[in-house]
Amino acid sequence: MNLSDFAPSLQFSPQELTAIVLSLKVAGTATAFSLPLAVFVAYALARWRFPGHAALNAFIHLPLVMPPVVTGFALLLLLGRKTPLGAFLAEYFGIVFAFRWTGAALAAAVMSFPLMIRPIRLSFESIDERLALASRSLGADPLWTFFLVTLPLAAPGVIVGSILGFAKALGEFGATITFVSNIPGETQTIPSAIYSFTQTPDGDADALRLAAVSATIAVAALVVSEILQKRADATRAGK
Amino acid sequence: MIGVDIKLRRGDFTLAAAFTSKARILALHGPSGSGKTTLAHLVAGLAAPDEGHIVVNGALLVDTAQRLFVPPEKRRIGLVFQDALLFPHFDVKTNILFGRFFTPKAERRVPFEAVVETLGVAHLLRRRAGALSGGERQRVGLARALLCSPRLLVMDEPMASLDYDRRQEIMTLIERLRDEFSIPILLVSHAADEILRLADEVISLERGGIVAQGLPSETLAAASRYTEGGRFSVVSALVAHVGAFDARYGVTRLAHPSGEIVVAAHIVNGDRKVRALINATDVALAYRKPENTSIRTVLLGRIVAIDEDASPLAFVRLELEGGDRLISATTRLSVAEMNLSVGAQVYALVKSVALDERELRANA
Repeated sequence: MNLSDFAPSLQFSPQELTAIVLSLKVAGTATAFSLPLAVFVAYALARWRFPGHAALNAFIHLPLVMPPVVTGFALLLLLGRKTPLGAFLAEYFGIVFAFRWTGAALAAAVMSFPLMIRPIRLSFESIDERLALASRSLGADPLWTFFLVTLPLAAPGVIVGSILGFAKALGEFGATITFVSNIPGETQTIPSAIYSFTQTPDGDADALRLAAVSATIAVAALVVSEILQKRADATRAGK
Repeated sequence: MIGVDIKLRRGDFTLAAAFTSKARILALHGPSGSGKTTLAHLVAGLAAPDEGHIVVNGALLVDTAQRLFVPPEKRRIGLVFQDALLFPHFDVKTNILFGRFFTPKAERRVPFEAVVETLGVAHLLRRRAGALSGGERQRVGLARALLCSPRLLVMDEPMASLDYDRRQEIMTLIERLRDEFSIPILLVSHAADEILRLADEVISLERGGIVAQGLPSETLAAASRYTEGGRFSVVSALVAHVGAFDARYGVTRLAHPSGEIVVAAHIVNGDRKVRALINATDVALAYRKPENTSIRTVLLGRIVAIDEDASPLAFVRLELEGGDRLISATTRLSVAEMNLSVGAQVYALVKSVALDERELRANA
């Protein structure tokens, strides 16, 4: 392959466009649904001491250290069409994960969860706990205190966590392809499409183009998260 | 009115305290680890006792016998912390109004404008909380606690991180809050000068127990005053009116029922009450009003107690005309040679230059 094959054609093929749009949808859905849970779990890990604290922490981080294919396989065993849970969800709620884009979103959410949790938890941990006590003494109950004091102060971590989670969800491959396969238009995200292109004889230029898109989004996400982090540090220092 | 009878165990620390007080400003005093902050937190509801009850102004806040624990947000007790703990993501105005928002409308009896004016924070309202100096932060912290119209203000070492001038300033403000908004105050402090100046009553704590309760001038340093150097921290507080300034000699005369107190400085804001702090080591005693002496401040009183132990020191406690208490540190030798005894009428002699005009000024 040479660059002249690639350079003039920044026009995306329909398959590529579908993959890009689907990836954004999958990653967006994964992030939107896992964020509230991530905030809750991060808060619990940062502020509460309860039996099973260490176990919960380890469990959340499992997808980070296990081979992604194992996570995908675990999802398949748990939520596949023929499994009791999968059948139950399909029967009573009409939710099907296996071989659907929703499954891709679920796999992406599970895989990005530990990355999302970490900055949020650190953010909660860096807040002076006595600020919450001050808020309570001023008449705000625990829920008001959380939404008026604790969460706003943790906002930088929440934003950084969402961006990292979104970037990770965009790039998820191993668990996704194991759980929901690689179906164009349904479960073929950017990474799966790149993989497919590398398996076809003349797909290198297409693969490279999608790789560039993927890298651009990832770098942009990191830059934005870095800027937000810096701004947050400045706010905390009282500027 | 505050009534406490509680027990609490945390690891190998035990706090057991029972007291009632009607003081307008009650101080909790003691070394670090004595349990004074824990006690204040129990009153504010930031911690729960293992056993016992707490009553503030007739409201039962905790009673383990009834399994009653009013959460802090329902207690209406304003908290002021050493480091103010303002909300860094809000501006000053939002900080100040935070508690008011949660106060039921019918109970918002402390007006915003009055607090802002008294505490001098009007020019800070638009600033971010993080951009304030230590003294400003503390004033905003006071305003925030006040505006929830609390039953009681609990102040946990509110001046411990401030310099001399800022401390005087905050003490003045606390006195004004006490007078203008008539909210009782529970003041946690390890600083004798703060307690002497502000408190009507003090509770001394040591290792989780109350060791003394009473008038600040008599309770503070009561145990340690016979130890080497201990006599220098025995101080009395006299409430006097700022009177005329004598421009010729640059002295200010304070009117006290027992006599005139001469201060070697110009104290402004005449016709206000000030609390003059007098070190026991600066007070001499005489049976007759002395003549031919440089002493200008001569106060009439009656001996109510003479405290002695095996040390050479004796502490003579006087009740001055008008009721204020004054302690004179002297020697057992003097007591014996002068034949001082309880009930005797004496004059207390105080050197004018021994009074610290900086405290008086901030206080005026």
